[in-house]
Amino acid sequence: MLAKDLFRNKDDVKTLRKAIESLDVKDINIMEVCGTHTMAIAEAGIKQMLPKGINLISGPGCPVCVTPSERIDDICNLAMNKDIIITTYGDMIRVPGTRKDISLEKSRMMGADIKAVYSSMDALDIAIDNPDREVVFLGIGFETTAPAAASALMEAYKRKVDNFSIFSLHKVIEPAIRSLLESKEVKIDGFLLPGHVAVILGQKGFMFLQYEYAIPGVISGFEPVDILNSLFLIAKEIAEGRGEVKNEYTRLVSFEGNSAARDAVYEVFKPRDDIWRGLGMIKNSGLKIREKYSRFDAEVKFKIKLTDEIKNTPCKCGDVVKGLIDPSNCPLFGKECVPDSPVGPCMVSSEGSCAAAYKYRNMI
Amino acid sequence: MMCLAVPLKIVSINEKNAVAEMDGIKRNIRIDFIKNAEVGDYVIVHAGFAIEKLTRKMAQENLEAVREVVNACKGFVQKQG
Repeated sequence: MLAKDLFRNKDDVKTLRKAIESLDVKDINIMEVCGTHTMAIAEAGIKQMLPKGINLISGPGCPVCVTPSERIDDICNLAMNKDIIITTYGDMIRVPGTRKDISLEKSRMMGADIKAVYSSMDALDIAIDNPDREVVFLGIGFETTAPAAASALMEAYKRKVDNFSIFSLHKVIEPAIRSLLESKEVKIDGFLLPGHVAVILGQKGFMFLQYEYAIPGVISGFEPVDILNSLFLIAKEIAEGRGEVKNEYTRLVSFEGNSAARDAVYEVFKPRDDIWRGLGMIKNSGLKIREKYSRFDAEVKFKIKLTDEIKNTPCKCGDVVKGLIDPSNCPLFGKECVPDSPVGPCMVSSEGSCAAAYKYRNMI
Repeated sequence: MMCLAVPLKIVSINEKNAVAEMDGIKRNIRIDFIKNAEVGDYVIVHAGFAIEKLTRKMAQENLEAVREVVNACKGFVQKQG
């Protein structure tokens, strides 16, 4: 496969490991802000390759995991409307709400019509094929998936597919990173930055880390050599007391990013304050559908009142997504909470920190 | 899964729709966000949408940049003893 094998060379991995070991850094925390990185790091056993004193912590980079459980309850309530077909990325189906017996999977058992789709365009096709039903697409994800939702919505507008709507759970990553840095609850010395979000935002989308926080960040690819190379660059910056943002993933990420994708998002969505599991309410961190497209906004169409009250539960996903604890430190991990019977979203999502830690638990 | 990004090769194009394949498996994708997409191009696909082209040249240049770091590391490691 193009590019993939090029960045898995074992000699390169060995050299980079040694180089990281030779750096003069003590007790540093590097946060990865992308669920795909979390999984790639676990799969390649990268945490075990690093010397003591370089800690990798997972951040709020899994969209399913940062969606509050109250929002899952809102979706499941909507799903029980007999006129509605809920269309969603498969990741969402098993995510529990505020109780273990609330999920789209459980709603489906009670008769709700829920279809997993690969793309927002598949959801639009289902709407076209079912003109007498209402089709709601659950729009979830960061800057990489929001353009796909925006495109489907623009297409529905153009083709007057009036039985199609989107329930937007979309979020943007910059306010969450700022919130983490400003709360100072977690010590973060550098960021392994999300390669595919950066394809859309460009390197320029992360320069605020350098200009405003003087903290090192490297936009990274997802192969072992990419990740180790990026970690070396971050740790070296920390050792030298620098705080620059660099781009390791140059085969896909430009400085400017993908403006066509950003324009689509801007056309359809506007920022709104939004709740993140673990991080709470963050200003301008969510995406709401603009008034122009409000007849395709499920919140407006079905008069959904979003629950803004967050309950306390024994599940520690909130602490996991902000890097405060390792999944294994949650009292439910591997006991009440396992992939087959998850309590929290971090154990459900294929990109969740708990799912990654559970799947690769025997490597440690 | 929504966040999984995969490189696919475009085999046919019809306006904003395209068919792309990997290992013989074909998939309908959208190319709204790709300028001048052509049959034969590799694209990274996220949730059914191509988000960027991936060229062999860019992959090679990226690898060279990584190798520069790796080579510098070799000298660096030796120097540190």
